[in-house]
Amino acid sequence: MSFYAIDAWWWPYLFIIVGGWFATDVWRFVGVYFGGKLSEDSELLVMVRCIATALVAAVIANLVIFPTGALAATPLWMRLMAGFAGFAAYLAAGKRVIVGIIVGEAVLAAGMLAQYDL
Amino acid sequence: MDATDGNTAETTGSRRYWLLRGVRSAFSIPGLILASAFVGFAGLARDAGLTLAQTVFMTGIVWALPAKVVLVGAVIAGNGLPAAAFAVALSSVRLAPMVVALTPEMRTPKTPAWVLYVLSHFVAVTSWVLAMEQFRLVPRPMRTTFYAGLGGTLVLGNMLVVAVVFIVAGRLPPPVSAALFFLTPMYFLTSLWGSARERAGQVAMVFGLVLGPVFHLLTPDFDLLAAGLTAGIAAYALHLIGKRRRGA
Repeated sequence: MSFYAIDAWWWPYLFIIVGGWFATDVWRFVGVYFGGKLSEDSELLVMVRCIATALVAAVIANLVIFPTGALAATPLWMRLMAGFAGFAAYLAAGKRVIVGIIVGEAVLAAGMLAQYDL
Repeated sequence: MDATDGNTAETTGSRRYWLLRGVRSAFSIPGLILASAFVGFAGLARDAGLTLAQTVFMTGIVWALPAKVVLVGAVIAGNGLPAAAFAVALSSVRLAPMVVALTPEMRTPKTPAWVLYVLSHFVAVTSWVLAMEQFRLVPRPMRTTFYAGLGGTLVLGNMLVVAVVFIVAGRLPPPVSAALFFLTPMYFLTSLWGSARERAGQVAMVFGLVLGPVFHLLTPDFDLLAAGLTAGIAAYALHLIGKRRRGA
């Protein structure tokens, strides 16, 4: 039952509601309910945070290594170089996200300029 | 800052004032960075084959960006609904402790529970960081109002950003679209590292970056779950071993 499995206008919305809204807001509501009872330092939460972080990291890596659309037209080494450069700049600038984004995008843009010979 | 101390409830000023203060807090550097990430997300969703309405709907109803990126990742991979929901739920667990931390800061004995449940929908990294930073400048009885202004503006504003970018993206030259799609991974690569609470989180991130593509080739149907569980539990195991070595 994938996103495009059922050819009806409501199916994608149901997919988003169950797979997106419910799967996300349930944790926000759990948070309100337990407000104060659960310690942020508990060991269980450390493991949960580790899994959640790794999951999002896996998504990021797949977006860079197996991209779709226009990004797929760029060579892999160029995307990796832009990612590493952006991350290095982010660390060098004292963990400033905006610096990492700008440098990563600039390296990618420079690479594309050379590639397309614009 | 001219704000009154959190304890002097008598001089709280009008609700309208604090609502607008919340709205204004959304227009800040963190808000700008978030908007740029949503620019990238709009491109990603469009590319995955979602319609404009579906993308804007998803932005408002899910709100947390990692959850949406995971959901769109599952759509691209052709994952079924249960696998997609499970992966999204795992990526959103971290919202629970964030809400746990935020709720006591804006609750007064008179705050109705439904207000807290409704406001919790606005909780995601950016609004949470901004609220935790600014609540000390907001009188306690006005904090829910302030957060409604802040969270509501971020949600509605980025729904607008997503809609505009979605419409424009189809007419952009390919290099510009490519740069647009690169915004999402670049944003998370940096913000995820910075938001890690402990070293184990950063180890988990590095493992996840490596194992994501590996599992994509090995088990395309469950790549996200398999990579997240394997990398996350491995990082946690190292964290436990390290703790034992330090003689805890």
